[in-house]
Amino acid sequence: MTPAIELRATRRAFGPVVALDSVSLTIAPGEFFALLGPSGSGKTTCLRLIAGFDQPDSGTILLDGVDVTDTPPFARNVNTVFQDYALFPHMTVAQNVAYGPRVRGVAAASRDQQARDMLELVRLGEFGARRPHQLSGGQRQRVALARALINQPKVLLLDEPLGALDLKLREEMQAELKSLQQRLGITFVFVTHDQGEALSMADRVAVFSQGRIEQLDTPRELYNRPRTAFVASFVGSANVVERAAAQRLTGREQAFAIRPELIELLAPGAPAPDGCVHCAGEVIDVLYHGASSRLRVRLDERTTLAVARAEAGDGAGESLRAGTSVHLAWLPANAVPLQD
Amino acid sequence: MPSRAGFSLQGRQTFYFALLLAPPLLWLGIVYLGSLFTLLLQSFYAIDEFTARIVPEFTLATYRQLLTQPAHIDIIVRTLLMAVAVTIASAIIAFPVALYMARYAGPRMKALFYVGVMLPMWTSYLVKVYAWRLILAKQGIASWGFEQVGLMGALDKALQVPVVGGPSLASSYIGMFVVFVYMWLPFMILPLAAALERVPASLLQASADLGARPGQTFRNVVLPLALPGLAAGSIFTFSLTLGDYIIPSVVGAPGYFIGMMVYQQQGTAGNLPLAAAFSVVPIVLIGLYLTLARRLGAFDAL
Repeated sequence: MTPAIELRATRRAFGPVVALDSVSLTIAPGEFFALLGPSGSGKTTCLRLIAGFDQPDSGTILLDGVDVTDTPPFARNVNTVFQDYALFPHMTVAQNVAYGPRVRGVAAASRDQQARDMLELVRLGEFGARRPHQLSGGQRQRVALARALINQPKVLLLDEPLGALDLKLREEMQAELKSLQQRLGITFVFVTHDQGEALSMADRVAVFSQGRIEQLDTPRELYNRPRTAFVASFVGSANVVERAAAQRLTGREQAFAIRPELIELLAPGAPAPDGCVHCAGEVIDVLYHGASSRLRVRLDERTTLAVARAEAGDGAGESLRAGTSVHLAWLPANAVPLQD
Repeated sequence: MPSRAGFSLQGRQTFYFALLLAPPLLWLGIVYLGSLFTLLLQSFYAIDEFTARIVPEFTLATYRQLLTQPAHIDIIVRTLLMAVAVTIASAIIAFPVALYMARYAGPRMKALFYVGVMLPMWTSYLVKVYAWRLILAKQGIASWGFEQVGLMGALDKALQVPVVGGPSLASSYIGMFVVFVYMWLPFMILPLAAALERVPASLLQASADLGARPGQTFRNVVLPLALPGLAAGSIFTFSLTLGDYIIPSVVGAPGYFIGMMVYQQQGTAGNLPLAAAFSVVPIVLIGLYLTLARRLGAFDAL
């Protein structure tokens, strides 16, 4: 099957800053794909190159098997939902949505009908006559979505689509985007710096760091089997234990990652279970989150581990405070070896 | 006593607020609106033909005089046509300049353009007008330039056009028009550039993304969003042309303009009511212009 999007050794530099360093990437039709990374990692540059707002210095971009490296944005069969939504302030919601067909020369009656259908799809049927500034953030986001989808693109690009929404709305929109993508069956590529968003929505995630793809995997693999220290700490904030510290803890000079929730806090005086790696430490601080607590435990001068502890509601955790001596243990199988 | 304390605090705040606001409000109220109102009032008085004194009684005689004498109507129409022509020409010239400044120029080039646009405004207005009279004179730089590029014939043809032509550029409406456009162009460029600068780049990308060619993006997005700037700029060029009396008296054909008429009536002629009535004309015309612009949706994007 022809990939929906293919980047071949794509490079883009802004002066001395290399935003994208020879990135290759293949996205299958119908895939929900996330470009994840901190700001300045190259994820947005990557999206802009696919949309055509920017041209690569070298490399090739193919959409549906066709080289579009030099094709201007208006001639590409992709549409974008912008971070700030970029709704035209001087047009009504319906005119915004009908903009695509209008500039492509679709007759007024037909495009009005299409716009009505699209607004119906995003549950904004009654809002067609309003102006964008009369809508809430979530509604504007849905207008932007309807406007981008009306052209029936093969690929929909979303730039931090949920960044400007509050937490509750963001969770609702995550579910809505996911179901919309499944119903329409088109390829969604979205940029985010929020690992939770990437894990919960995407089929596959490309983790960007310093202009390169650090790891490209399914959310589960990414979370359970991070390959590098960067991925381990960026996705789900695992503890990264460097080689020297690993040597002291396990006797092997191999850096590894361990999830805070996979570290067990032993009862005072209890022996470590068989086969477990164990060590002693001192609590630096405790953050109570309701269902769980997060402790930072210092093992020695240079090594600190985060430990998540489920709160049973029995008040047993109350005795843990800064300065308490604790004993930690984990199964070697839960420690993920990392590449250097 | 929290409530009493709260009240007194609030009372004091209100007092300070009033104290702070009083000077600008008094300035605006008395110096601007007060004088404008007095002016309006004057226009409803008339002058006594024999004693040449102002009779402070309400009458429409002055307006009747203003609107029934063909010479007065000529002056109003002449000024209005010039203001319209200057505004349209300024808009056409200013748009590409403002677009370049706002969207394409780098930071250094942009600074250079802003300074370049504003620099002429820092020199004396009178010096510029008189300089233009020399530039446009029969043996001036302008006609020399036309001759050098072999367009003297075209210039002569233009000056032979009835009404707008004349013996030389300096003594024709064409010359006056050139000077007006030169003078007021910065007032069109600056608000236009400001409006264009406020258009987020993502809107232009969104338009292209949805399939609009560059020309379509310009027509459907850039132009409508620049309209408030265009409206603001055109209010400047329009009203400045309507009220000016120096340019028409230094450059161009001998026909009177509203500003000259106001100057003459309140000065040499001593007919303050007629001067006041003449100065009401630009106010009414600009009011009509704003209403029209609003009807056409020029302020929709604000």
